[in-house]
Amino acid sequence: MVTGVAEIREVVADVLDPEVPVLTIDDLGVLRDVRVEPDGHVVVEITPTYSGCPAMDAIRDDVLARLRDHGHADAEVRLVLAPAWTTDWMSEEGRRKLAAYGIAPPHVRGTGPVPLSLSVRCPRCGSPDTRETSRFGSTACKSLWTCRSCLEPFDHFKAL
Amino acid sequence: MTRHPAAPGSWDGRAAPASALPPVAEYSMRLGDDALVLAQRLGEWVSRAPQLEEDVALANIGLDLVGQARTLLTYAGEVEGEGRDEDDLAYLREERDFRNLQIVERPNGDFAVTIARQLAFSAYQLGLYRSLCRSADATLAAIAAKAVKEVDYHLDHARQWVLRLGDGTRESHHRMQAGLEQIWPYVDEMFDADELTDALAREGVAVDPAALRPEWDATVSAVLARATLTRPEPAFHGRGGRRGLHTEAMGYLLAEMQHLHRSHPGASW
Repeated sequence: MVTGVAEIREVVADVLDPEVPVLTIDDLGVLRDVRVEPDGHVVVEITPTYSGCPAMDAIRDDVLARLRDHGHADAEVRLVLAPAWTTDWMSEEGRRKLAAYGIAPPHVRGTGPVPLSLSVRCPRCGSPDTRETSRFGSTACKSLWTCRSCLEPFDHFKAL
Repeated sequence: MTRHPAAPGSWDGRAAPASALPPVAEYSMRLGDDALVLAQRLGEWVSRAPQLEEDVALANIGLDLVGQARTLLTYAGEVEGEGRDEDDLAYLREERDFRNLQIVERPNGDFAVTIARQLAFSAYQLGLYRSLCRSADATLAAIAAKAVKEVDYHLDHARQWVLRLGDGTRESHHRMQAGLEQIWPYVDEMFDADELTDALAREGVAVDPAALRPEWDATVSAVLARATLTRPEPAFHGRGGRRGLHTEAMGYLLAEMQHLHRSHPGASW
């Protein structure tokens, strides 16, 4: 049984997002906080990527199962909405894994408004000559694109 | 024999809502019901949209709205304090207890009617959530800050289609204009203030709906002008959704949305 906050965080940090199963909840920035209360009760805070993201229930179950396996049956997962999740919280490692998986990673929004027309590179051949097929893709967080160079259709993780 | 429920107010459009809910619960329920009912309508497009990408797009927009509805209705139930959760509120209320605007319950019609509604409602919801981000109520502010990013995409989606259809072929232009004509009678209701919004707006909790109108007008007029469409001037205006008065279409929508939950109470899989 691990007891320190850092160790417990490690236990839950590599729970995978069921929709994009190469990213951990830590890569995504979905894992917001891990606390251990004086009586040993573990509180894990996660934030949804989108309001309707159906992966949250699965992530919650996975986090609780991990904690149980490591001796923390007395645990809860809390959903926090503020501050609202942004793709800027996705780690560099996460962006790299996404591209390797075949999903074009989101560009960094920063603080100012970013035009939606920024070019998205094809994750297969690297060409910037791509076009958006649809603003909405197979999950809430992705849009559909096609590469004009290699002609492959691909998913793009939308900047949010 | 006759089972007419007592009217919650007169039909003249000015009576205050006869609600037993705490004001913040009532307000959260209004916004939650808007999102829930429109999500149900958009879900009807699944497998019927004009192209696969559109099927996916409308389903995704509906999913965002379901997410918003879940948090808003959950919050309404918490503030009410009677132990009702999101499912109780979504599935076990009767038509007269739904507080949504009439625009969201109107039948989908053809694709252009649905897109006309998406333009009108998304532009309204974007302004609403943007203002609500500054609400004195921390939960409503957090829900709005989350949702505003999603609705930004919804409005963009609607805008692109209105431009494409309006400034497209003669047939698509005609159908898009007809879509606007069908939806516009329900536009004014979005901006109606009443005693509840007046009181909550004074406390900095709610957004005064009337204050959203100028920006909405500017946004929508710009899209319609570019799309070579004419802004309709409806002969009547539907009103009363916030007080539980709905159009004939609402009962059928609820029947489909609620029957499974009511037929199999407590079922899970």
